[in-house]
Amino acid sequence: MHPEKDVKCYAVVGNPNCGKTTLFNALTGLRQKVGNYPGVTVEKKSGQFIGQHGEKIELLDLPGSYSLNSHAPDECVTRDVLLGLRSDTPRPDRILCVIDASHLERNLYFITQVLELGLPTIIALNMIDLAKAQGIAIDVLKLSEELDVPVIACQANHRETLLSLKLALSRAEITRSSWAQKLPSPWMRAIDGVSAIWAHAGEKTSQRDPLVRMKSLLLLASPDAEIESLSKEMKAGSALGIALAQRSMLDRELPLWREALVSARYDRITELCQAAQGKSSIAGDAMTHHLDEILTHPFWGWFGFLGIMGLMFISIFVVAAYPMSWIETTFGFLGNCVREIMPQGDLRDLISDGIIAGIGGVVTFLPQILVLFFFIGLLEDTGYMARAAFLMDRVMSKVGLHGKSFIPLLSSYACAIPGIMATRTIENAKDRLVTILVAPLMSCSARLPVYALMIAALFPKGTVSIWIQGAIMMGLYLFGTVTALGFAWLFKKTILHGETPVFLMELPPYRIPALKHVLLQMIQRARIFLKRAGTVILGISVILWFLVSFPKNPSSHVRNSNTSPQVAITSVKSDKATQLEYSYAGHFGHWIEPVIAPLGFDWKIGIGLVAAQAAREVFISTLAIIYHVESDEENPSSLSTTLIHETHPDGTLVYTPLTCLSILVFFVLSMQCISTLAVVRRETNSLRWPLFQFFYMTGAAYLASLLVYQGGKLFGLM
Amino acid sequence: MNISLSELQPNEEAVVLELPKEEQIANRLREMGLLPGTTIIFVRRAPLGDPIEIRLRGYSLSLRQNEAASILVKRTQA
Repeated sequence: MHPEKDVKCYAVVGNPNCGKTTLFNALTGLRQKVGNYPGVTVEKKSGQFIGQHGEKIELLDLPGSYSLNSHAPDECVTRDVLLGLRSDTPRPDRILCVIDASHLERNLYFITQVLELGLPTIIALNMIDLAKAQGIAIDVLKLSEELDVPVIACQANHRETLLSLKLALSRAEITRSSWAQKLPSPWMRAIDGVSAIWAHAGEKTSQRDPLVRMKSLLLLASPDAEIESLSKEMKAGSALGIALAQRSMLDRELPLWREALVSARYDRITELCQAAQGKSSIAGDAMTHHLDEILTHPFWGWFGFLGIMGLMFISIFVVAAYPMSWIETTFGFLGNCVREIMPQGDLRDLISDGIIAGIGGVVTFLPQILVLFFFIGLLEDTGYMARAAFLMDRVMSKVGLHGKSFIPLLSSYACAIPGIMATRTIENAKDRLVTILVAPLMSCSARLPVYALMIAALFPKGTVSIWIQGAIMMGLYLFGTVTALGFAWLFKKTILHGETPVFLMELPPYRIPALKHVLLQMIQRARIFLKRAGTVILGISVILWFLVSFPKNPSSHVRNSNTSPQVAITSVKSDKATQLEYSYAGHFGHWIEPVIAPLGFDWKIGIGLVAAQAAREVFISTLAIIYHVESDEENPSSLSTTLIHETHPDGTLVYTPLTCLSILVFFVLSMQCISTLAVVRRETNSLRWPLFQFFYMTGAAYLASLLVYQGGKLFGLM
Repeated sequence: MNISLSELQPNEEAVVLELPKEEQIANRLREMGLLPGTTIIFVRRAPLGDPIEIRLRGYSLSLRQNEAASILVKRTQA
């Protein structure tokens, strides 16, 4: 966090939906680092910008929060960083509070809590334009006076207002707010009582220290069931015991003490709002109201929902197809160049068949990831994501989940990893676990190339329209989704049964998305994906190349007696097939063939499946290596063409429609992603759950594929 | 007349009288600004009948029938 001593470091805080991240992106652009807070899967985002005097200024974007006294994992991170209780993140020296000007009252609840921490603070009164459009006129000076800190009116898409914000952030000295919440006297005494313990325990802290007082307040106010989520330091020594004793004192002297704490703050905020913006109306943005009349309408709402989701899938399928074919051609060309330039040998093969083919197979579906995250970004930025949860909550509650689980599950369409990371907004631990367990059943973008390839093999070029292919694709997504919900229901009924917790969700007003922000997030996701592709998947590609290339077949031109005569009819292809059969991978493929033969898979598909256990997309690059698609001079990019013509030793086709279908079903259901398992392990902090997830999903995949293939054969399909 | 929040009809305005007994739920509702004395407007039910949307303190909040049923309110005007 502090690369240089004099670098000013601001923690950026605010309510969810206040435009905090958009503002953060507008200030820092691409100078961002995205990582994780150790121990929890809450994303840690930090960035830099150059201040007014040419100095670096650091910003740490903390998770959006409604209150310091809340207990969702991401809100706990915000609370603990602000209180200086996270060992991995030093307590920030300054705070930038972001307020949505059109929701002043609700935003101020959290912001005044933050002000009480007594750190130098600047307030960015964001979305001032939207507030104006709604007829909310805020007296910025008055607000600044009342809160006793600088308040800068701004909007993330407006350069001049951003400039004045940067100017404010560059100030050498910033005042600390004198805001302190007055509470009924029993409350004050209780806080005194708990604070005294810390004041004695710490060397330099005094009982008046605002930080100590806030810690005491939070310890006292935390509901019994949630005390567990407080950091250990807060409960250390006799603090917790004293707090419990003070609580019983409060019970006696101020029976409604919990309510008094919150209402005292809201009362003061209401007064403040009246002074700064006049009497506010309870009704909100008229445009949002009209839009919701349609988008949450009993009939048109579903129409819109299906339309939006449908558009998303068609775009992924149709729009992303163009850049994908360019990338494929480029990598095919690169591989050929290497083959021509370099002298023949293992090194040449490693580069052209291992590395280039491996990277190519991964980068090809970057366009799909970009399109999907573009849509997810749009849905989040426009505010529709919350409506989707609002529409779907009833369905989710039927399987015992939360409308909020819908968003992680929807994100899992792109990749289960961000989806699982998004489960942090689910407060209930069991619901969160169930969502994590079923999230990888949602068809992620790594399955997309497999789907696309198998659909292409299912329908050789030109036999059916792209719309029918799109419909089949959507059917696969639907199959995965229904299965995910089914398993969620099963888990909630059996191993993880428990009450469905309180569902509270803000429905933010509709907003025109900031394109720059959406694009920036899309690029960030792509970067994260490529990093993973560059390391894990490339590594696997090289290992695989080794497994299929070694040991070398000593007599590659002499007919192997094990090979049936049909295989080695003529051509170079037979050499490669022989080599493959001779290799480690071939041995392994043969070894598992009896297990997968009932699913309609041969040993080559077996190799692909084994390789895909590391990451689904590896299936494609493995098949590319197995079938030496790059060496096919006429059509270097079309793997599906090769597959269609692939035959068994007895001359029958390998990729019959039934086998393709069986492969598709297997990929919809099975758990084939080490990165996801690693995230689940970290998220659940156990080995048990990722193992359970691996076995239940792979087991279900095996059974379903078996059913499809054997059932299909029974009905005379092939 | 005191009724539960879930019995309100769209566009009806009411004042909150009492929060649910369970401390965790009540705490969360309070933190979101739903306190005894707060004026709310019932906006709509979701297409499937649950959850519901209300407005308070200038923003929209959705909550389930279940919780809404244990929040006591009083209609202010029709």
